[in-house]
Amino acid sequence: MKLDDVQRIAHLSRLELNQAEAEAVLPQLQAIFSLVEEMQAVDTSGLEPLAHPILFLRDLAQPMRVDQVTELDQRAENMQSAPAQHDGYFLVPKVIE
Amino acid sequence: MSWHNTPIALMAKALAAKEVSSTELTQYFLDRIEAGKQWNAYLDVNAHLSLEQANKADQLISSGKAGQLTGIPVAHKDVFVTRGWKSTAASKILAGYQSPFDATVVANLGIPDENNPHGAGMVCLGKTNMDEFAMGSSNENSAFGPVLNPWNAAYVAGGSSGGSAAAVAAGLAPIATGTDTGGSIRQPAAFCGLTGIKPSYGRVSRYGMIAYASSLDQAGPMGKTAEDCALLLSAMSSHDPRDSTSLADSGEDYGRYLNQHWREGNTNPAKPLEGLRVGLPKEFFAEGLADDVAKSVNEAAKLLENLGATLVEVSLPKTKLSIPVYYVLAPAEASSNLSRFDGVRYGYRANGYRDLNDMYAKSRTEGFGSEVKRRIMIGTYVLCHGYYDAYYLQAQKIRRIIAADFQAAFNQCDVILGPVAPDVAWRLGEKSKDPVQMYLEDIYTLSTNLAGLPAMSVPCGFNTNNLPIGMQLIGNYFSEARLLQVAHQYQQASDWHLRPASEVA
Repeated sequence: MKLDDVQRIAHLSRLELNQAEAEAVLPQLQAIFSLVEEMQAVDTSGLEPLAHPILFLRDLAQPMRVDQVTELDQRAENMQSAPAQHDGYFLVPKVIE
Repeated sequence: MSWHNTPIALMAKALAAKEVSSTELTQYFLDRIEAGKQWNAYLDVNAHLSLEQANKADQLISSGKAGQLTGIPVAHKDVFVTRGWKSTAASKILAGYQSPFDATVVANLGIPDENNPHGAGMVCLGKTNMDEFAMGSSNENSAFGPVLNPWNAAYVAGGSSGGSAAAVAAGLAPIATGTDTGGSIRQPAAFCGLTGIKPSYGRVSRYGMIAYASSLDQAGPMGKTAEDCALLLSAMSSHDPRDSTSLADSGEDYGRYLNQHWREGNTNPAKPLEGLRVGLPKEFFAEGLADDVAKSVNEAAKLLENLGATLVEVSLPKTKLSIPVYYVLAPAEASSNLSRFDGVRYGYRANGYRDLNDMYAKSRTEGFGSEVKRRIMIGTYVLCHGYYDAYYLQAQKIRRIIAADFQAAFNQCDVILGPVAPDVAWRLGEKSKDPVQMYLEDIYTLSTNLAGLPAMSVPCGFNTNNLPIGMQLIGNYFSEARLLQVAHQYQQASDWHLRPASEVA
């Protein structure tokens, strides 16, 4: 991993790092990834990835709910933590001129 | 009456016998919270709301509609969203956030009403401090300052449920909720001398639990005794259609075996655990384990043996690899979960920005702490095209090996015993400069989250500086009631869990 990689993943993560911050985080990420490299020594051929721990034990059907309205109207409560709003809409900077 | 040293099992009896009211108990703990601010255990307290709930609980008790836990106060980790109290996950990005609904755990434990008919009737004391978004092992990653360890204020309380641990240890709550993604219930419980259990994945609903790593996150209780944990877990756990990973067969009386002998038909009072096979994984006692921790856990094994159990050596060969596997999978899931924080619908928005993209980036950069940013970046990297197979998929494949290794061990034993952490609590600031050093401390707890198994922390001694030592009991899937039984039997024969931490000034 190089400094360019740090800036690239910061951008993909929608985070900003100045030069000093990127230089500080680089050795930390390098140390973490040298630990992560230890995984490459394990032979995992033929193994399926395990995404959900209980799938190791048994098959699980994706639960389906009845198609009916279950939510109450909580518009006012949902809007109370909005950083900016106007006429009941979330307000963001202008996207189209 | 020193209610802060009273297990909730006894508190329930006192409430039922009308020896004390919920209002009196609630006021008692609110006073202690006020006097115990130095631990920084709570992020939000609202005496008015708590006393309102206590009043409702007292009405339920006097009208004969009370359940076993009605009127008992409880503190909630700030990762659970609550109506009334702020819900921040100890992050600046959620500072001041008011949730429009209660997490299922909060509702299950809370005051019953028409929308929540099965609420246990417990009283919320407030929201406890934690590592930001539950990312950390020391509670030093909170945006609102670290939690201090009630056994010694120069030491960390552990993390990420450090506020819940310190609140119970300092007597600022009789019991608390926590969450455990890689050890976040068990390690702070061990560091603060408490009993805590992380149940099997899917036992407790994650609805309203602010997500860190969804395939690993699981909530559980942190209290003084195994019996108290059984009581709280029974009320927390339920099948919840609003969490697609909630198991259909969740919800049971986890305390049903507490006072039984391990083997049915055995009536020897000196050997309640006869027939129990305790597996000691050799990798958990290898290099890196502090001598005094090893000594205490070995003494605990001896005590279980005296109670009738048989000790067997088992092997969990991929123990060391659980660290890289976890620190790939958890950040990957976190980077996805935390993408919702964009400064649009809720949470922090930066003051100055050029356009929408700049607003996202500045809001997230100013709102997240450094450990959270580090994990988002790790997660983004391992999910990138070109690295996905080598990191993310490889980690998920080793995760399968780790789960299989546990099953091989459980062919030889009924429960696994080892330390919770390589050492006792460390000094504040001692490890915060080096993230990898902190990650290595999670070596004994991560694998059970990766496999989805239940695991407990039980006090088993102190080091020479009078800091608590915890032992870990790991069970097979859905064996929580059996783990609690072993822990309860151990606690009937030991008193480590009853030692009080330093008194509040």
